[in-house]
Amino acid sequence: MEVVLAFVVGGLYAAGLYLMMRRSIVKIILGLALLGHAANLLLFTMGRLTRGHPPVLHEGDTQLLHPFADPIPEALILTAIVIGFGIQAFATALIRRSHEMMQTDDLDKMRASDSSD
Amino acid sequence: MSQILLLPILIPLLTAILSLLAWRRPALQRLLSLAGAAALLFAGLGLFTHVWKEGIQAVQVGNWPAPFGITLAADLLSASMVVLTGLAGLATAVYSLAGMDRQRESFGYYPLLHVLLMGVSGSFLTGDIFNLYVWFEVLLIASFVLLGLGSEKTQLEGTLKYVTLNLISSALFLAAIGMLYGVVGTLNLADLALQMQSARQPALIFTLSMLFLIAFGIKAAIFPLFFWLPASYHTPPAAVSAIFAGLLTKVGVYALIRVFSLMFAQDMERIRPVLLTLAALTLLTGILGALVQKDFRRILSFNLVSHIGYLIMGLGLMTPLALAGTIFYMFHDVIAKTNLFLFSGVIHRMRNTYRITRLGGFYASHPGLSILFLIPALSLAGVPPLSGFWGKLVLVQAGLEEGQYLLVAVALGVGLLTLLSMGQIWAEVFWKDAPIASESESAGAKVLEPGPWLLFLIPMGALALLTCLMGLFPQPVLKLATQAAGQLIYPEAYIRTVLGGRP
Repeated sequence: MEVVLAFVVGGLYAAGLYLMMRRSIVKIILGLALLGHAANLLLFTMGRLTRGHPPVLHEGDTQLLHPFADPIPEALILTAIVIGFGIQAFATALIRRSHEMMQTDDLDKMRASDSSD
Repeated sequence: MSQILLLPILIPLLTAILSLLAWRRPALQRLLSLAGAAALLFAGLGLFTHVWKEGIQAVQVGNWPAPFGITLAADLLSASMVVLTGLAGLATAVYSLAGMDRQRESFGYYPLLHVLLMGVSGSFLTGDIFNLYVWFEVLLIASFVLLGLGSEKTQLEGTLKYVTLNLISSALFLAAIGMLYGVVGTLNLADLALQMQSARQPALIFTLSMLFLIAFGIKAAIFPLFFWLPASYHTPPAAVSAIFAGLLTKVGVYALIRVFSLMFAQDMERIRPVLLTLAALTLLTGILGALVQKDFRRILSFNLVSHIGYLIMGLGLMTPLALAGTIFYMFHDVIAKTNLFLFSGVIHRMRNTYRITRLGGFYASHPGLSILFLIPALSLAGVPPLSGFWGKLVLVQAGLEEGQYLLVAVALGVGLLTLLSMGQIWAEVFWKDAPIASESESAGAKVLEPGPWLLFLIPMGALALLTCLMGLFPQPVLKLATQAAGQLIYPEAYIRTVLGGRP
């Protein structure tokens, strides 16, 4: 299962980076979203995948017995998803406003803030 | 008493909430912002004296014992960075009273400023690497909105570039945290320091260190990851540029110092050449970029990038003396860079342009202001007896002790080029005769009345005074920097305090 997820993570990174190198700002935001998902899945996979063993104490147990699923990566991902959602919402509003102001979605045409004079 | 650690986070939060409640009353918001920033500075000073007297402090949030809960920890470096946050925050808050336009004020400038300050203080105080990621996001989202607030065309463009590159950095940071957790199974910085000593996967650990270097390097604007900075820092109002320039890149450098000194100290042999090369290239590309610019704030932005190189140089050398130099230089840089950006705003207010070719004649019309400008400018170039000189001296000395002659030569050469760059600003903006103002320039130019004038002069004068004091009496600051560096190089006390008695 780890191998499958490793390929999924790799694919998401590749797709995200490819989109980020396009000139259209819409694609850049989509690329950013994919990068975020890739990082989340990486976190999940690195936390070791354990199926069918939730970290719950049964009656009579005093401590968890191995193997059990580690809840921390999931807690981290949850936090990261919420943050990512907020930031993507802001980024979407930002590109809409930028498009309104500049009448273009081509990054190569956005040079006003980067000229040397 | 160690609960005082929470104040630098709670005060800006409370200020932001109260200013949000006072949404339609800008006068009240201004008052709240001023009070909040002053309270933050005092809380920082209180925390600092506490840490100075009692040693490193730690608080386990929610009383969950480390390493399971989230820890806040303050050593001398954290505490003094919080003081500087309060200082830069207060300077900006005072300056904004006159420098911020009514429209931005009515769209939540003050609440955002304090959320930013909260994010910065939180990053300095946290003792948990995932929590550091969360504070980074807090300060980032506030900085995104502050940068775009006002929706001018160049501002939006700058914001787009800033947002994109900073989000890539966050994604890399998150991935690095995930891999780190997979390798050592903990997120508490002190616990990480312990676990990394016995980690047995050198290849993976080197990869991790490079991932952290790239993630924080984007935020700290080191070569070759700095291109977002000169594309965005000159677009918002001067007060916003000033607080960004003073604090945000330093948060990146702080994170690098913290992570490398705690987690990768035993791998420094392999990491050092990378850091030192990057330091030299950052110094050079930054200053060469500054020399060809014609916009006041873009010149300052490139100088900002260049001087991050000095900080990375000390980090790469990683001797007690070098780290002390980095810390001293960071104190100096926060104060001087904030001040220079504030100056650019005042000049813009009077002439309505940032192009240095279109400016001139300020020495004839405002000699006092011009002399005041020279203090941070010369300090940046490392002219004795101002603060920048001592920082450079310590770093150069540390470089010579380690036998890094080429790097030292670069550092000294960049000091001279900085003098040239500041001289360029002096010659164009202050010394030469003023060109005849174009219509659009004279339409937007304002004659400053005594009230706003004072609000500009107080923060700029106070910061310049600090630069002078740090230069004339460097010994106490150097002593502080040396002690802070000692705590970083020998992290046993930090680890013991956070983990509470465990080895």
